[in-house]
Amino acid sequence: MAARLRAIAPAVLAAAVLATLVLGTLAAVAWRAGGLSGLRGTDLSAIRFTLWQAALSALISCVLAIPVARALHRRRFAGRGVLISLLGAPFILPVIVAVFGLIAVFGRRGIVNVALGHFGIEPLSIYGAQGVITAHVFFNLPLATRMILHGWQAIPSERFRLAATLGFGPAQVARQLEAPMLRAVLPGAFLAIFLVCLTSFAVALTLGGGPRATTVELAIYQAFRFDFDMGRAASLALVQVAISVTALLIAAKVSLPARFGAGHDRLAQPIAQLSGGGGRVGLDALAIALATAFLLTPICAVLLRGLPAIPTLPAMIWPATLTSLWVAAASVLVTLAVALPLALAATRHRWAEIAAMLPMTASALVMGTGAFLIAQPFVNPTSLALPMVLLTNAALSVPFATRILMPEIRTLQADYDRLAAALGLRGLARLRLLTLPRLARPLGFSAGLAAAFSMGDLGVITLFSDGQTRTLPLALFQLMGSYRMDQAAGAASVLLILTFALFFALDRLGHHADPR
Amino acid sequence: MKPTLMLAGALSLIATMAAAQDKPVLTVYAPDYFTSEWGPGPAIEKGFEARCDCTLKFVAGDVLPRVMLEGDKTKADVVIGLNTDVTAKARATGLFAPHNEDTSDLTMPVKWTDPIFLPFDWSDLAFVYDKTKLKNPPHSFQELLDAPDDAYKIVIEDPRSSIAGLSLLLWVKDIYGDKAGEAWAKLAPKVLTVTPGWSEAYGMFTDGEADMVLSYVTSPAYHIMAEKDDSKVAAIFPEGHYLTPELAAQLKTSKHPKLAQAFMDYILSPEFQKMIVTANWSFPAKLPHDQLPEVFRDLPMPDKTLYLPEAEAEKLRGPALDEWQRAFAR
Repeated sequence: MAARLRAIAPAVLAAAVLATLVLGTLAAVAWRAGGLSGLRGTDLSAIRFTLWQAALSALISCVLAIPVARALHRRRFAGRGVLISLLGAPFILPVIVAVFGLIAVFGRRGIVNVALGHFGIEPLSIYGAQGVITAHVFFNLPLATRMILHGWQAIPSERFRLAATLGFGPAQVARQLEAPMLRAVLPGAFLAIFLVCLTSFAVALTLGGGPRATTVELAIYQAFRFDFDMGRAASLALVQVAISVTALLIAAKVSLPARFGAGHDRLAQPIAQLSGGGGRVGLDALAIALATAFLLTPICAVLLRGLPAIPTLPAMIWPATLTSLWVAAASVLVTLAVALPLALAATRHRWAEIAAMLPMTASALVMGTGAFLIAQPFVNPTSLALPMVLLTNAALSVPFATRILMPEIRTLQADYDRLAAALGLRGLARLRLLTLPRLARPLGFSAGLAAAFSMGDLGVITLFSDGQTRTLPLALFQLMGSYRMDQAAGAASVLLILTFALFFALDRLGHHADPR
Repeated sequence: MKPTLMLAGALSLIATMAAAQDKPVLTVYAPDYFTSEWGPGPAIEKGFEARCDCTLKFVAGDVLPRVMLEGDKTKADVVIGLNTDVTAKARATGLFAPHNEDTSDLTMPVKWTDPIFLPFDWSDLAFVYDKTKLKNPPHSFQELLDAPDDAYKIVIEDPRSSIAGLSLLLWVKDIYGDKAGEAWAKLAPKVLTVTPGWSEAYGMFTDGEADMVLSYVTSPAYHIMAEKDDSKVAAIFPEGHYLTPELAAQLKTSKHPKLAQAFMDYILSPEFQKMIVTANWSFPAKLPHDQLPEVFRDLPMPDKTLYLPEAEAEKLRGPALDEWQRAFAR
């Protein structure tokens, strides 16, 4: 029993930290406001719009990701690994940078409409609900693709070989192997994207075309800043948490673990017979080409606009860059230290999974204000500026890291628990010899995401700012705020390149550390 | 970084620390944009420290929310960079002290009588366009409303998250009164999108995505002076333009009331007022017209300035927001 407790203690601690950060801060805001206050009609329509766009964005992202992930799984070509990493880029972009990239492609003067104009076709408008959803699919298609691709790769190679021996074609493979895998992976991917879109703020605002596209997060902002009504802000934040936790519980009910059993690991080379020839190769190529064009053109547009401005950047951009880099490095460590114990516990304890997902449900504004209210009686909040930035950056990455780790941990436990028990492999030895090496791939991916999120973060906690420490995104915003749009585009390019380089390095590191 | 530079940095750090020990520190809360190298913060810090024998420390971030959360335990001696949208709420906290300045000779288009909030600069809201691209700009607010829906695409800021957006609500309300809802119904189809803040909107305009942007009459001055580009102009409307002053105030709880008062004095000094013009791309609150840079003297200006008193603006903004939302719901 004591050993059990010892094994679970890190997860309990991690869960407590996250619960304080999300629910404790919410309680602090509600307490300060003297209780929760009622919602208004416009709040209800914000809740409706939020739910609708989040569900639709998640659905479209998942449906589109299936052919892309399948194509990437069963084809081999030069630069495939790099392309898989590159396709992850939109997910890690700072929102404002991505929105300007999307406008350069889909905007009124964007590439698409210029091309359509040549053929005399009516221009498309990105502004409105369709813009919000396009942007959300742009951000989240990479996440869905990666999660589903990981699912494919987790099917042991023997199953494919057996399928080949039995004379399966692509259709049977789809029914016997791929469908159960998707059944296990899709609910998780849908849920993750649904939650991301639930708390979206800046995107919905800029491409939403007007107040019809009001999300709950914006309603919270309005309650705070326009109406100075903290009670309503807390009520809305509570609604957001409730929706998220409900979604989480539904997803857990729907999701069934795939049971492929232990095997000799993933397929090094796809088996031609199973992947189909001719037409299917063409379709796979098309899926990859379309996804690449959709995901990478806006990024190229940002770079094209910004690269020429890099030499003109003011010198202060570089200390800001350094700050961002080391905050990102620290954030990676904190993220993994919180996410790994939670993910290990989550396969057996539902509470650990819910705790890990909590930060996704949080409103950044409520979290910042609540933390400020909690800290204020004891210390000068300004002295906590960097720890708070670190903690919140890491907290926002934990749900993703946990989601990415969980399926692989489930497989690991199903396949090796008995063997490890028979060998008496426990504690740190098990962590070092079995857990970490087998999880190298998702750990690398998670670390990459955590670093990238931290790089792109705009300092959710402006209340704690001491005015001295400046990160790269803040410098970018300051440049924009004082008319220096060209230099801001240059800073955006620096941010994009560095963020992606970090993500790429950590992601690849995970691949190389994988013994398979 | 080169070792010599690091050494120099370390030495200057030690020097500042030593200096900081025997000098009082005046803490000034300011918005984020204020304290960057291209904002007015550094010049203010240098200018005030040269005359106060003190250290000025900026704390950048959400100014009023922070002061309100801290209450009478706030570390702030002075706040700078407030907009008129928050003065009613700020005043109600009772945390702020009178500025004790003579505001009878300010160079503002309206008479300023507020005893607590002191303006340091101002501009008028305006729609800015590129005259090389837009051949049929509106010559009045009414013309803007009556133009065909596809005449131009405008980006505006959200009144719930931006002072420019909120000021536009009041601008429309001031001109059209009970008919403001109809005015918005005419304007809405020409609005390309609504952004959370000024930066995103202005970025979309300079990228060529939008034909017009809700900004300020002083915006063209930046392009002329810093970029030698005179293609950006503000559309001037005879109905009048809405005033957007930026304000400072001192706190009752300040541990250095004399320094705080000296800072309020400094704000209206010619040195500060001359500096703020190009540091913040706005008109100074107290500087004779002939002392302005030529570009500012030559800026096309509206004949009429609109400005609603605080109480009236406070009363109108809720209903005005509802009208705005209804116009866009169609």
